[in-house]
Amino acid sequence: MKPKFIIGGVMILAAVAYLIFSATSASAERFMTVDEMLAEGPAIVGDSLRITGAVVGDTIQYDPNTLTLTFEIAHAPADFQEIEEQGGLAEVLYQAVMDPTRARVKVIYIGVKPDLLRGEAQAIMTGTLDADGVFHATELLLKCPTRYEEAMPEQSAHP
Amino acid sequence: MFVEFGYGVLVVSLIVTLYSGITAFLGVRKKSTSLIESARRAQLLSFPLISISSLTLIFLLVNNHFEVTFVYEVTSLSMPTYLKITAWWGGQAGSMLFWSWLLASFTSLVTLRKWDRDIEFLPWVIVVSAITLAFFLFMIIFFENPFSRYWLVSGNVVESMFKPTTTATIFTPENGRGLNPLLRHPGMIIHPPMLYLGFVSFVIPYAFAIAALITGRTDDRWTRITRRWTLWAWLFLSFGLVLGGRWAYDVLGWGGYWGWDPVEIAAFMPWLTGTAFLHSVMIQEKRGMLKQWNMVLIILTYALVIFGTFLTRSGVLSSVHAFANSPIGPYFMGFVSATFIASIALLIWRWPLLRSETEMKSILSREALFLLNNLIFISILVVCFWGVIYPLVSELVTGFKVTVGPPYYERATAPLFSALLFLMAIAPFSAWGHSTMQTLGKALWKSILASFVLTVSLFFVYSTNLYALTGFFLISLVIFATLQEFYRGALARQKTKNENFFSALSNLMRRNRRRYGGYIIHISMALMAIGILGIELFQQETQGTVAQGESLNIGEYRVEYRELASWDVRSDGVNYTRAVVDVYENGIYLGQLYPRIDYFFDAEQTMTIPGQRSTFRDDLYILLVDWKSVSNSGATFKIYVNPLVNWLWIGSLVFLVGIIFAAWPDKEMEPVRVKSSAKQTSAAD
Repeated sequence: MKPKFIIGGVMILAAVAYLIFSATSASAERFMTVDEMLAEGPAIVGDSLRITGAVVGDTIQYDPNTLTLTFEIAHAPADFQEIEEQGGLAEVLYQAVMDPTRARVKVIYIGVKPDLLRGEAQAIMTGTLDADGVFHATELLLKCPTRYEEAMPEQSAHP
Repeated sequence: MFVEFGYGVLVVSLIVTLYSGITAFLGVRKKSTSLIESARRAQLLSFPLISISSLTLIFLLVNNHFEVTFVYEVTSLSMPTYLKITAWWGGQAGSMLFWSWLLASFTSLVTLRKWDRDIEFLPWVIVVSAITLAFFLFMIIFFENPFSRYWLVSGNVVESMFKPTTTATIFTPENGRGLNPLLRHPGMIIHPPMLYLGFVSFVIPYAFAIAALITGRTDDRWTRITRRWTLWAWLFLSFGLVLGGRWAYDVLGWGGYWGWDPVEIAAFMPWLTGTAFLHSVMIQEKRGMLKQWNMVLIILTYALVIFGTFLTRSGVLSSVHAFANSPIGPYFMGFVSATFIASIALLIWRWPLLRSETEMKSILSREALFLLNNLIFISILVVCFWGVIYPLVSELVTGFKVTVGPPYYERATAPLFSALLFLMAIAPFSAWGHSTMQTLGKALWKSILASFVLTVSLFFVYSTNLYALTGFFLISLVIFATLQEFYRGALARQKTKNENFFSALSNLMRRNRRRYGGYIIHISMALMAIGILGIELFQQETQGTVAQGESLNIGEYRVEYRELASWDVRSDGVNYTRAVVDVYENGIYLGQLYPRIDYFFDAEQTMTIPGQRSTFRDDLYILLVDWKSVSNSGATFKIYVNPLVNWLWIGSLVFLVGIIFAAWPDKEMEPVRVKSSAKQTSAAD
């Protein structure tokens, strides 16, 4: 190997490493549950965060004139193992919404109301928390566990 | 009955597959032709067996056997028959069966076609393929069984393959849960099998690579045999990715086509290594270099294919944690690690045999630029991989889970994609062995000048955005330089062969299918880049609620709301709400668009279908967001103008043309049988 190839290779490596690190630090977001976010207190107000929780169906409101979507999310665990131990995602989300003692956070999202938004959906959102404790979401991902392969047939309750 | 039959056949195919793998292994070790022949027969048997099992599953799907868990999960009474058939790959268990079926058929194709010619590799190809197939069949039979049923055990429903207790009876739900309506799009129906075809086809070159390592036939024979497999694999994988993008654009209603989510990245990563492989095998064939590197690439591709198969279908997509914790995750992890370590061990063992026959001298030579192209593809892979595992790394290091989103990928990959475009423009002009700035500049100055003039004119008439102008410069450079290369080649042939220009061009291209197909693909990539640049940098959006007869303005468009109707189609189980809007551009009436919202009763799910108007210049993309149901007087729309995005789809079609041209079977020379590992030379590229 000639030295010019080695120098070239090192330069490419350095450039790629720089790209990765600068891009990581520019767009990294802490991922947390509702409880974890509230436990941080005012320290994280204004930080870019990614939070997850269970959508409380009764609280969904949509104003089509301003495209303002508001709803509350209740604390639900995000750790896969924890979810499995508590009976799967659908069960965990159901429990989260039914339990009035769970911490809740109000979410505001401006945009088109997503097709998948409904009660007991899992919401994963990117955005910031303001000083009043309202989460302003800029990105909203939803997962409806009943659509996935874990739920038993509904008829099972009354065979 | 059918259920036990389908499952039984599956168990038999696992046994047959294991037998063929073990017998092939013993056959080569003992140099016994009869054992090898027996292994081959067993291998050929696995395909009809898995086909029978699959047909049984399709029979159950089509005939609404909801007592079968898989049928319950992916079909419902209201689904048309063709959707019930395609539900075969609509869930994890079925798609793993589909995967296995593809692998069995591909391996059979390989062993049926050139058995005598490739006899030294094929027993090992059977071994590698049998190991992979046996793993998948094992996972299907023991963990992801599509034939498992519901049983009533003292009033409770349980899931089991066989009667769990003596008093248990089969439980049949009245209706299945059905396919999520969002997935009932033609793009989404062909997208998974396309990806799978691509994934599975890459197993064949990998199997030959491993055979080459084991037998010590480490010249370019294995890459020549698998050349076309690699091309087809790449075709299907690329096409699958594009279809996924088109589906997202048409169905998901966010005006985008690619979101950098872990599933997409899981399918994209093998594409990156596969593309790098496709380029670097040419260096091995032409110059006898990069042999070790090619092995690394195909081994990586195989590992990423298995990883991707799991990730794209498992439903546990949100993080690497979930992957390791899901019930079949550890097995997949174990299998990927085991095959990866074994392959790398083989590679290290054969490392000295894989030395380059020539040394790389000039930094601007064709081979050096190919190597650079490879490094950039691998860099993009590293960016993707880092993004996927970052939550895990950050949690280990800082205790916090930190994720990175699309901005990370966009920032980190944009310069790398730009560098790829630049290489696409200059590499065809560099010579093998040695090139200098002078020779390159002399060949390229016309294209550079033309691109520069074009970019300057775009500055005055289209956009002053620096990123866009850089992008347009690179894109036009690729297109001009590649066209110049076609022209140059045809002109040279015209002179030497005394043909007219067009027959010279067509003969030139047909004699070097891979090379000129590759150039067509380069042009298609440049066209796709136009679309990506347009939608990423110039997308406009507006939204608002308007009464009948009122308008929304966006760019040069005016969208006037005419009327809205809502009706049920009971037979489809859908309520349609459709708005009619008039579209004007600079005051000129262009026509009507019909954005709508479909509501699926059984799934309790809405689906937003945009009204789209596509031109070469831009797409007008209108979403119906909401409406006042009582008076029918007002409705809310979200409107995007996506400039140039159509070039993304046009580019995809050109891409298809290019790759089919490159992979088209013709009277190309068969790999020559040589006894020594001497370098082979060929006229074809």
